[in-house]
Formats: sequence, C-alpha cells, structure tokens
Amino acid sequence: MNSSPFSGTGSGGSTEHLSRRTLLKLAGWSSLAWLTPIARQLARAEERAPRGRPSRSVIILWLAGGPSQLETFDPHPGSKIAFGTKATRTALPGVQLADGLGHLAEMMGDVTLVRSVVSPEADHERAVYSMKTGYRPVTTLVHPALGAVLCHQMPDEAMDLPRHISILPDQWPARGGYLGAAFDAFKLQDPKGPVQDVAGTVSAARQERRFADVAVVEQAFARGRAPGLDENITQHRQSMERARRIMGSAQLAAFDVNQAPASQRAAYGDTPFGRGCLAALRLIEQGVRCVEVTLDGWDTHANNHELQGRRVAQLDPAFAALLRDLKARGLFESTIVLCGGEFGRTPTLNPLGGRDHWPHGFSVAVAGGGFRRGHVFGATDPGGDKKAPDKPVKVQDLHATVQAALGLDPEKELQTPVGRPMALSDGRVRRELLAG
Amino acid sequence: MVAALAVTALAVGRWLRPAPFPEPPAAGLKLAGQPDFQETVARVDAEFADSWHRLGRTPAARADYLTLLRRLSLALTGTVPSVEEIRAAEARPSGDRIQWWLSHLFADARSTDYLAERFARIVVGVEDGPFIVYRRHRLVSWLREQIRANRPYDALVKDLLTATGIWTSQPAVNFVTATVDQNNDDEGPDEVKLAARVSRAFLGVRFDCVQCHHDKFGDRWKQQDFHQLAAFFAGTGVSLTGVRDDPAKAYEFRYLGRADAETVPPEVPFHAELLPADGPLRERLATWVTHPDNRPFARTLVNRAWSLLFNRPLVKPIDSLPLDGPFPPGLETLADDLIAHGFDLQRLLRLIAATRVFQLDSRGEPASPPAPGAESAWAVFPLTRLRPEQVAGSILQASSLRTIDADSHVVARVIRHFQQKDFVTRFGDLGRDEFDEFSGTIPQRLILMNGQLVHERTKDDLVFNAATRIGAVTKHHGAAVEAAYLAILTRRPSPEELRHFTERLRSGTGKRAERMADLYWTLLNSTEFSWNH
Repeated sequence: MNSSPFSGTGSGGSTEHLSRRTLLKLAGWSSLAWLTPIARQLARAEERAPRGRPSRSVIILWLAGGPSQLETFDPHPGSKIAFGTKATRTALPGVQLADGLGHLAEMMGDVTLVRSVVSPEADHERAVYSMKTGYRPVTTLVHPALGAVLCHQMPDEAMDLPRHISILPDQWPARGGYLGAAFDAFKLQDPKGPVQDVAGTVSAARQERRFADVAVVEQAFARGRAPGLDENITQHRQSMERARRIMGSAQLAAFDVNQAPASQRAAYGDTPFGRGCLAALRLIEQGVRCVEVTLDGWDTHANNHELQGRRVAQLDPAFAALLRDLKARGLFESTIVLCGGEFGRTPTLNPLGGRDHWPHGFSVAVAGGGFRRGHVFGATDPGGDKKAPDKPVKVQDLHATVQAALGLDPEKELQTPVGRPMALSDGRVRRELLAG
Repeated sequence: MVAALAVTALAVGRWLRPAPFPEPPAAGLKLAGQPDFQETVARVDAEFADSWHRLGRTPAARADYLTLLRRLSLALTGTVPSVEEIRAAEARPSGDRIQWWLSHLFADARSTDYLAERFARIVVGVEDGPFIVYRRHRLVSWLREQIRANRPYDALVKDLLTATGIWTSQPAVNFVTATVDQNNDDEGPDEVKLAARVSRAFLGVRFDCVQCHHDKFGDRWKQQDFHQLAAFFAGTGVSLTGVRDDPAKAYEFRYLGRADAETVPPEVPFHAELLPADGPLRERLATWVTHPDNRPFARTLVNRAWSLLFNRPLVKPIDSLPLDGPFPPGLETLADDLIAHGFDLQRLLRLIAATRVFQLDSRGEPASPPAPGAESAWAVFPLTRLRPEQVAGSILQASSLRTIDADSHVVARVIRHFQQKDFVTRFGDLGRDEFDEFSGTIPQRLILMNGQLVHERTKDDLVFNAATRIGAVTKHHGAAVEAAYLAILTRRPSPEELRHFTERLRSGTGKRAERMADLYWTLLNSTEFSWNH
C-alpha cells in the first residue's frame, strides 16, 4: 500500500540514493560520461537542489474562476486594454501591480512574477485540472494534484494531521488521482469555526466503550472471511486509529486561528480567505506538506473591474502578510507560495463590461523556496494584439520547476494502477525562475 | 410540553401500529415463473458452474435472504431496507421472497428516483453544465418517468440521441446540450464529447483516446473511426428555439500528420450494414446504436445492470467491453434474453437477481474462507465499499423504523434530502466514474465517527431517532438489540453479539437512551455497515 498523507509509513519516499558527489565519482570512470545515464542523473541531481536544502512545503493561493492578469499582476496602465485600470508602483523598480495590491507591492522584492503562463485549456473544469495536476485531462486516468505528489514522494512519520489540506475548497479541490483517495486534500471550511468532525460527540469514557464495542461487531464480520481483509482491503481499523490520532493531536491547535494574536489576524484581513492564509501558515509550521487556500469569484464575464477589485481587496493583505510571516519565522526558504488561477482574462472588454476566458498569457506569482527574489519573467502585449506572450511558460513547466525546487525529479516515473508508467511531471524545469 | 408529548405519542403509536403494507403488482412475480425466464436463469447458472469447474473453484454457499434483500435495496433504492419492510418480507413464503421484494422495490418511488440519478450520471455526469441551455433536473425527472413506466431501453436511448427542441419542454435534448461549451456557446454542442459518450455509455467502446492519434494499445481503432462517429452530430446546433439539425453543416477535422482540416463523413466504426442509408443523421445513428443485431448495445446494458446489482461490473472497465469476445459467463445469454424481450430493464434485473451467482454468500466457512481470486472468478459475492449516497441513505433510513419514501411526512423527506446532500458532498461524490475502487479515507471515517449526521441520527431524540424509540418502546434488552441490528445491518445479532450488547444495555452507566445511542453509533461505525456484502 502507498504511504498516505496521514502518516509517513510505506513506500514512496525519495528513491535517490546516489549523492551528487558519488555520481561525480562514478562519472569520472568514463570519459564518455556525457553519453551515459549517469550524466543525465548528474544533470538531474543538479536540478534537484538549486541551492542548499530543497524546500519542503507548498502553499497554493488558488484564485478560482480565472483572475484577470490585467487587474492583478500584469496591468498595462494607460493602454487601450486596461480600460481604465490603474497601477501601483512596487518595491521592484519598474515593476507595477494593479491598483489595490499595495501590500503585496511592498513585498515584490521577494516574489517571482511569471507573466507569460500559457495553457491550451479555456474551459473551467479542464483548466483547473490542468493547473492543479500539470497534465491535460484525459478520459482514461486521473492525475494527482501537486500536493498529492508531494505527500506521496515526501513521507513524514511525525505528523498526526493530514498533510494535504484544502481550505475553503470549491467543487474541484486537489485530488489524489491515481495515487488514491488517501491523497485527496483534507477539506476545511472557514477557520473561524472549529474543524468539523474532529471533536468527539460524547465523553471520553463513552468514546472508549464505543471503540471497544466496534471490535465485537468486527469480529462477527470477519468470520468466514480471508485473514488480512482489514489490513489489505477494508482498512477499517487503520482508518479508525488514524482518525483517533487526529482527534487527540496537539497539532490540531494549528487550525485554530483564534489562538493567533489579534494584530496578526487583522493583518491577514477579517475574511474567510485571510483566515485561511493564516491557518495555512500555522499548518506549514506544524509540518503540513501542502495547503491550498481558495479565493473564489474571479469569473467576471460581466462587471469585470468592480468584481476583480473586490477579490483583490481580500487577496492583497492576506498574501502580503503570509509572505511577511513566513520570512519572520524562517519558513520562507523551505516553503513555496504559488498564487494564480486556471487562466487569465481577455484583453478586450465585452458589452457587459466583463472579460472572458484567456489562457494565452496570464500571470502566476511564486515566492519562497528556491525561486528568485524580485524577478519578473515573460510579458504580454500591452496592445493586446499579439496573442502569444514573450517567453511563454507552459503549465506543466511550472509543475516541473516547483517539483525540482522541492528536490524531486520530475522525470521520475510512478506506476498507475493499470501499470502504466507516468512521470511526476512532463514539463521542463525552467531554471530561469530559480535562484542560482 | 403537551404538544411535544402528543407528537411523541403519535410517533410511537405510528410505529406500534404500522399502516398495512402495500402489496406490489403481481405481474412481476408471474413473469419470473415463466419457463423462458427460468430457462435463461438456468443457462446462466450452468455457464458459471462450468466456469467454476474449469477454474477449480468451489462456489460459496447461498447467502441468507436478509443479505439478499439488503443487496437489492442498496442497489435499487440506495438505502438499507427499513425494519417495516423486513417484517413484511418475512411474512411472505420463503420461496418467492426475492422476486416479491423486486416487485416491491420497482413499485417504489425511491427506486425510480435512485435509478434515474444513477442513469443520468452515465449519460451526462454530475456537473451542472451550461446553465442556460441545460437542465439536468429536467433530464433526471424525464428519466424517472421512463424508468417508472419500464420503457424499453432502446426506445429511451433513441429519444436521447434524436430529441430536438427546447431543453425545458423536451428534457431528452439535455443529453446533447450538456456538452455545450459554456465559454463558447456559439459553437453549439461538442461533437467530440457526444461521440465519446455515445460510444462509452451505450456501446461499451472506449475509443476517445484515438481522438488525437491512432490506437496505441492495438491497431483496432483509427483516428478516423472516432471522428466519423462525431460527424453524426455535425449539424446539431442550439439556438433560442432549442436543439435543431442543419443537414447542410459538415464536420471538419485535421487529422494528425495532415496539413489541412478535411470534411469528415459520418460513418459507424463497426456493423456498418446495420446503418440505415437514408434519413436525418441522428436518426440513422440512433437506429444503428439500438439495433437488435448491434450486440455491443445489449451487452453494455447487461454489464451496467450487473454492476448495479453487484456494485461491480461483469466486465471491467464498465465502459470498455471487447467487441469480439472472449466474454465472461452469463453476458451473452443475458444479452440474448434482453434482445428477445424488447430491452426490458426490469426483466433483466430480475434475471440477474435470480441467478445463483448473485445469491452467493460473500464469505466462506469459518475454517475455509474464500481463497485469493475467488472474487474475480465470481465464486463468492464481491465485497465492495458502498457509494457515498448509499452510506448517507442508509444512515437516514436506519435511524427510522418506518420506510422513508414518497409517503413519508414531508418534514422527514426534506430533512432527509438536505442531510443526505450535505453528507454526500462532504463524504466525497464519486462523480461519473461509477466503479472506481476507492479505499476508505480518514475524512470519511471522521465523518462517520463524529459527523453531524450520525450524531443527530443517534442522539436521544424520541421523535426522529429510532435508537431512542426502540429504547423507549422495547423494554426487553435483547429485543432492543435485535431491532437495532435489523435496522442498521439488516440481520440479527450473533449469540455473542446479543450477549455482549444485552449486557451493555442492562448494566452500562448513564441513561438507557444513551446506551441505545452508543449501540447505534457502534453499528453505524462497523465495516459491515459501509460495505456491500
């Protein structure tokens, strides 16, 4: 069985036994090293650890519905495609963000802004799938989301909590895909209230009695059935024990943002998304591998400017506070923050004042981990005439690059349930985005 | 206070003196007694017996009838049976219990609701789709009517494939409009999606992977095969007046390795001789798909019906059957019967339920449990996890002693609807992939252990919860344990279980109502409750 995000047991850890040094030694034995698999291994080892220790966690700020690049990370103030959207200066000379992103503007020195992401998908469901998994949807297989891949590849014994979490999920939260439902994101609502279903509903003594009684019924069910049924197929006992481990865990406090100082809570904004970002910080601190926080409502086919503006007002303080706190707690180097949605929006405005879907050049902000600090990559045409952006970055390339920054080998192949080998990512590692 | 007492008395009184149990129509029972019905069952039994013999397998013993009733209720209504229903079945002579039970379920609105939803998932999935031109609930209620009337399946599919008009007044067109791209609605229904759905849902052919390239796993399918099927929908468009066909419109596609797009002629991928030469494109396609000699159509339905009853298809994956065999035992015989009897879905379900293979136990003797591989040889009934809506439906049903159905009080039905919907959303909807094997996850376990639904349905509440009611009405501890087992697990407790839980009720601490709630919680959290067996 595969290791699940709820524990660190099982297979699925990094299979990399050869250190870079060993590889170099081996390579030295042959002058034809460039032609050997060792050379490729070497190149990969190089890719894997861009600088020092690879990062270990990811936070995805998921802007569901397709945020407009023009009203967020890629404004073209004064151009005909801006339709009046203004921009604000940032800590990075010559780089502007759309009005309303003032807090984030101050943090731009820590961010890599990719303004040239391209995707072949313009349909919400297909595009979400593609952004979350790095693969185009096919009818024969469901690919795992980035967080599921990380949990599968980077097990952790000490965690009680689920290691893959989706806060404020919409209808398409991150899934385990062919890795199994055990790698699906654990779904959480607004952290304002307590986490659902983790508190027992009766006294501890009654709870204990109930558990003891379940064993009696289990015994009756096991009669006449194959030994090992529970371990191998139904997994009833393990799931019960894991669930109890979560229920009793001190790490649960991470979910409770009300324990954070009032000033910190205020910095993130008094919104579900703001609280979600604060919970993400606290969960990452506990060792959770991947947290996705969803901010919905970016699908602005009508009244684009006003509706985008309202979302921006929620995004800005939360995103900036998250980056600031990650730095303050020494987690910035080990955590990658990704912020974006399934596609961008058209440079044109439709008769309803809306912008429609635009997968031909949109923005994703990346910060932390091994990514460059204060860097803008790619550009869209300020006139809106040219469809293709400069230096396009494919969705799968983003996945491969994030995986590389996490010390994973994107070319590593996993077996799908039908035995088909499948690479972690079929994208290309874009070293230009990573710090030297 | 007085009012509360009156309600309570009413609720308890209603349970003590149940309304007379409605007797289902006798026609179905008669059908199952006919020689041709018996003959088909005997033939399927012989094929499986032969297969077990060849594989060196000994089939399991026959399951007890309560287990069979549970399987059938879960398959057709999505819930476990109520205590009330169980008592009515037990009053029947043992010989015709299974077929009588099917008559009872077919006459029940819960079945038509549940089957319509399951079928809708096959043809349009679960998404809400483009909201202006697609009304999923209209399609589901139309399907409900078809299923209630036991409309011949070929006629139903023909309607889906050929319907024209507006999505609200002609619900069958939603099969077509569900594929309209929300962002590009001027492009009309998506021919590629439609071709994939037609081939998978109705023909058991998965060849949408050749959409972009020739078959990589064999050389059977060419890119052309797929796109020529899609070409039957070339003229199908959507406007304010609904779905209409424009015969002048052609389907164009640029094949891999070609420089230019070309006009793709409508052609079928096999049995071309069955395709009518003339007529509107979708009519021709529908005639071909549902033609009695187009056996993949019948086989696919047999596989679907099988998967409904076993919670596992006879041929996996469910939408990919071999065209030329080899076929597993039962498939061809059941397909023959289906074709010979005018695609009668109820008859097909009755036939499968009457076979020995359906009635096998899922367990062996204590000393000789099923050997590895017994399930894939169908020598035991397969153990499968219940679907989320079956778990939710069963929790709600088990917490009431009477059947929650169309005749229930409206409050009970509304509560059931919302609690079930919320539970299924949180428990994880399986979506279109109906038979993906999935293992229990921690969130699911937490929801069952601590979730609101289980808590609400087990806590001390005399009006709504069977646990409290059994406790209040049944002073005899043993009888209370038995009632809880029947309501939740559709069986009686083993002697050890009876002893253990009687003792718990007799001498446990706290109120007796709390101890009843504990018993309910325990049974709802057992493996047995969450699995089809």
